[in-house]
Amino acid sequence: MTTLATDQQDERLRSRKEGLRGALADVVERARGGDLGVIPVVVGLIVIWTVLQILNPVFLSSANLVNLTLESAAVGVIALGVVCVLLVGQIDLSVGSVSGLSGAVLAVLFVGEGLPVWLAVAASVVMGAAVGWVYGQLFNRFGVPSFVITLAGLLAFLGLQLYVLGTKGSINLPFDSGLVNFAQLDFVPDWLSYTFAAVAAVWLFVSGLLHARARAAAGLSARSMSALVTRSVALLAVLAFVVWYLGRTRGVGWMFVLFVALVLIMHYLLSRTRWGRAVYAVGGNVEAARRAGINVKAIYTSVFVLCSTFAAVGGILAAARLAAANQSSGGGDVNLNAIAAAVIGGTSLFGGRGTAFGALLGIIVIQSISSGLTLLNLDSSIRFVVTGVVLLLAVIVDSVSRRSRTSHGRA
Amino acid sequence: MTNVLSLRGVSKTFGAVAALTGIDLDVAAGQVVAVVGDNGAGKSTLVKILSGVHPRDAGTITFEGREVEIPTPAAAHRLGIATVFQDLALCENLDVIQNLFLGQEIRPLRLDDVAMETRSWELLRRLSAKIPSVRVPVAALSGGQRQTVAIARSLLGDPKVIILDEPTAALGVAQTAEVLNLVERLRENGLGVIMISHNMADVRAVADTVAVLRLGRNNGTFAVDEVSTEEIIAAITGATDNAVSRRTQRGRTP
Repeated sequence: MTTLATDQQDERLRSRKEGLRGALADVVERARGGDLGVIPVVVGLIVIWTVLQILNPVFLSSANLVNLTLESAAVGVIALGVVCVLLVGQIDLSVGSVSGLSGAVLAVLFVGEGLPVWLAVAASVVMGAAVGWVYGQLFNRFGVPSFVITLAGLLAFLGLQLYVLGTKGSINLPFDSGLVNFAQLDFVPDWLSYTFAAVAAVWLFVSGLLHARARAAAGLSARSMSALVTRSVALLAVLAFVVWYLGRTRGVGWMFVLFVALVLIMHYLLSRTRWGRAVYAVGGNVEAARRAGINVKAIYTSVFVLCSTFAAVGGILAAARLAAANQSSGGGDVNLNAIAAAVIGGTSLFGGRGTAFGALLGIIVIQSISSGLTLLNLDSSIRFVVTGVVLLLAVIVDSVSRRSRTSHGRA
Repeated sequence: MTNVLSLRGVSKTFGAVAALTGIDLDVAAGQVVAVVGDNGAGKSTLVKILSGVHPRDAGTITFEGREVEIPTPAAAHRLGIATVFQDLALCENLDVIQNLFLGQEIRPLRLDDVAMETRSWELLRRLSAKIPSVRVPVAALSGGQRQTVAIARSLLGDPKVIILDEPTAALGVAQTAEVLNLVERLRENGLGVIMISHNMADVRAVADTVAVLRLGRNNGTFAVDEVSTEEIIAAITGATDNAVSRRTQRGRTP
């Protein structure tokens, strides 16, 4: 008999299958226990895409999907910030207003004052960070519930946005500026897209292999070679297909690449750093986190700052995409779409559960609905209703899986 | 024996209520001090002051010969005072490893989960802990297993003093014995242990000294070898004249 890995020695552990089948069995086992991860959103996306494609064959065309990725980026970046706030069990309702204000500040500084574009962008981002810092201070010092603080922020920053824009109400960004080019016309060359896909797959394989080696060397159970190879090949196949399909028309936009890069950075920060652990701990049990020596106030401040900063970045991207900042920038459904995207992507409203990738998947669901219903020439009234129903479904899945986790001891 | 931790005249009030008044307490390295008292005697408040959850209102705390302030839990960690709270303070959404290393992860900017998992297993094996997998969320563990995780976590920072708040309150017979063995091992390693307890059998089994609190005041400190359970109970209840003490008195007078 071979010696068991350190973490597999307890006799009560049910024997795992080796290799690929073991890895698959683990996923099924976790899902049954209510640890659904991204399964509901992927299933939901497949259903939505199928229905919309049947209703209008243009929906899954390359041109429409390219548009969808570009439209996703701005609100997706905002949703990424919302994920962070939800992870600590708080909420930011003012992301729409802050993004609108950010767009307005950018336009006024860049067009009105004639500042260089990088300076205008930097000023908008710093403005967003300052808003988040103020939220953090209000929350930590006075203990006001975050939804009230940010509800006040929603109104106040909407007012500020109107004030900044002044009587004109709308400022156009010049079409020849780098910013507008970036959002509307800049696409990654095909060869570079494929390189990105290959690098991602190789990176996944190499990091997985090093990790498995380190675990094996430490006497712990490790992923098998077959599982590692399958994982990387699957990723390569999916990415290469996406690049190829989008590449049939315009390709992958740089703005979407920026969004994905931000998702990857946030994923790293949340899952691989002490700060990320602290965020999950505060969302899970704030008293435990405090007693573990975590600076809970600093964590709250940091997530509010991140959220508002991402909202500001999202506002800049939205203004660049529209080539204008106006009174309705960041208004309407931007706010709720960003929050809905985070929740649909599997971020729990109860705190302590969710991933950065949830923002990516969630916003693609939201944009798919929006784009599909627009293609059908349906009124925005119906779009709102459908988006609302999908959001409700996502929250129900969250609540039900939470109950299931409790009964399976995985809460 | 030099005292690693000494309290002199420590007081704390919550509004109109004086939770602690002029508390003195000494803990030496390699000594187990049991703090006993009735409900509301101020045991939990004392724990919270020492672990940095509440600031004290008056008095001095001397740690390793220096007078110290413990304004925050992090300050208590840095000094080397570890606390296992009665409610354990574990994050149910995190797994055993994440809970063990919470706030003191190895390599903050690129977490070294292999090293942390190896350390976790070493630690749990040393405590003979019966935890099947360290990758399960704490929500999946039993009460005794959670207690073990909480105690194991307190040992990670190489503390000088460990405070155990009712460590055996929710445990079965075997797990209680295990925890008491663990307390013995902590003492052998030269740690000062403050054990809050209701259970006289546990106190007599492991403690060297018993400090009694009553209504927020010191009500006697006894060496365990030289005191009877009845005397401790008398000090806890404040009853110098009740059935128990009378019988004790009769037994002693020849």
